[in-house]
Amino acid sequence: MKLLATTVMAFAVSATSVLAQGTCAAGKTLSEGQLTIATGNPAYYPWVMDDAPESGEGFEAAVAYAIADKMGFSADQVTWVRTSFDEAIQPGAKNFDFNMQQYSITPEREEMVDFSLPYYTAAMAVLTTQTVIDAGATATLDSLAGLKWGAVATTTAIPMLNDVIQPTSDPLLYNDNADVNAAIMAGQIDAALYDLPTALYLSAVVVEGGALLGQFPPTQSERPDQFGLLMEDGSALKDCVDAAISELTESGELAAIEAKWLAEATGVPVIE
Amino acid sequence: MAETSSPTRTDARAADAPTRREAYEAGVRRRANRIALISTVSVVLAIVLLVPLAPGWEAVQRAFFNGRVFAATFVGLLDAFLLNVMIFAWSAPLIALTGLVIALCRDARAPALFPLRLFGIVYTDIFRGLPVVLVIYIIGFGIPGLGLPRPWNSPYIWGTLALVLVYSAYVAEVIRSGIDSIHQSQRSAAASLGLSDRDTMRFVVLPQAIRNVVPANMNLFIALQKDVALLSFIGPVEIFRQAGVYKSLYANFTPYVGAALIFLALTIPATRYADYLMNKQNRARS
Repeated sequence: MKLLATTVMAFAVSATSVLAQGTCAAGKTLSEGQLTIATGNPAYYPWVMDDAPESGEGFEAAVAYAIADKMGFSADQVTWVRTSFDEAIQPGAKNFDFNMQQYSITPEREEMVDFSLPYYTAAMAVLTTQTVIDAGATATLDSLAGLKWGAVATTTAIPMLNDVIQPTSDPLLYNDNADVNAAIMAGQIDAALYDLPTALYLSAVVVEGGALLGQFPPTQSERPDQFGLLMEDGSALKDCVDAAISELTESGELAAIEAKWLAEATGVPVIE
Repeated sequence: MAETSSPTRTDARAADAPTRREAYEAGVRRRANRIALISTVSVVLAIVLLVPLAPGWEAVQRAFFNGRVFAATFVGLLDAFLLNVMIFAWSAPLIALTGLVIALCRDARAPALFPLRLFGIVYTDIFRGLPVVLVIYIIGFGIPGLGLPRPWNSPYIWGTLALVLVYSAYVAEVIRSGIDSIHQSQRSAAASLGLSDRDTMRFVVLPQAIRNVVPANMNLFIALQKDVALLSFIGPVEIFRQAGVYKSLYANFTPYVGAALIFLALTIPATRYADYLMNKQNRARS
């Protein structure tokens, strides 16, 4: 009876009402009145600034708080936890309501976990060093195929690397960004494929003499890299999260957050 | 067991018919076999019947024992496993050789060779004390970072060096324990025959020492077979890394199970073969 009343109320009250949003998620979160959000350990710039998602600084942190707000949770009702990719997909009870760390939505993954609607569509970009560019590497597929490639093993960059660039020698794969950067700096690989915001950050701040050779814009990809929130398979919260994301998308708030935190993404040459 | 060698039995050997004791012992054995069988079957049945009753079994099955994912990834895993075999094949002889040299360094007895002895001690202390992963990182990324040109900065070269450094320290300690197990009287006997220190080591001590430590070294090489996977940290896409890639693409752990099966298919026969060799050798020596 209570459930029915809640549902009726949720439909009856207009979508802008905080109360209605709150009732959508009521009883569906891990702990009542709290929204538990997971991110990576560490969480990287520009997705989360200074590895401190609580500040709401950084694209994903800001989006997380905006979604929480639409779902009827105030900032102090949001709890952050850290998980690895493996923890996020392990069977059994999860320790988060949703997990946000640049998970690309793919049909294969959808069979094991639930994804929300996408909150960001990423271009893929080629991170390399000035030395490699000086040696004659250009932003053409022919030139790219001749490079020695690296990538993070848990990303969807790998199918893209194999399908689109088709390098002549086998790519080397690493555990995380830090290891890929070490390999670039050690000259073991020429270039690595990242999502554009990550690549911009790495080339500007982390990799010595780092440079972006070009980007593959999402519009020219058959399966563009779209980031979604990861939830337990069959999560009851999915509808509420999706509603919040579509509301943010339609109102332009999501675009505003993107403009604020990921503004530099323009001006990188496009690879045809 | 003491009764089996008791006079009753030896006396009864002459007769063809089983003695009462033999009949009794056969009965005990049959009973023991029966109990072992019943106990094994009930444990296996309990696992097969009870585990699926767990509320999360379906989710676990989907995440770890997913036939569709298994079929889609197994060939790729086999392919990647070739790289493991290759790395193992060129690392193992290098490790055996380096380990032997370090062990001989530690056993250098002449006072003038004390620096060698010291080197052997420091080497084994350091490389046995460090986690393999750390050595692989430091050497695999660090040395190429000094500015070596390609192909000399290849992760295969430096990763192999890291494995050789760590494993040869273990092998050296095992061989040293073998050398120590040879009684001083053997050396004295060799000396009395007029053998030099070198020849004593080469023809008297080492052949016996190495034979004594074959099982321990076999263990190390099986461990090495698994630790080859750690080279994936610095880039090479061997089976464990390939399984990780599949895991990430399918959000499913089944590829790891596939990789485990492939490992077992190699390590179990290797272990059994080593056991067989040992038994054969023990029988030949007794």
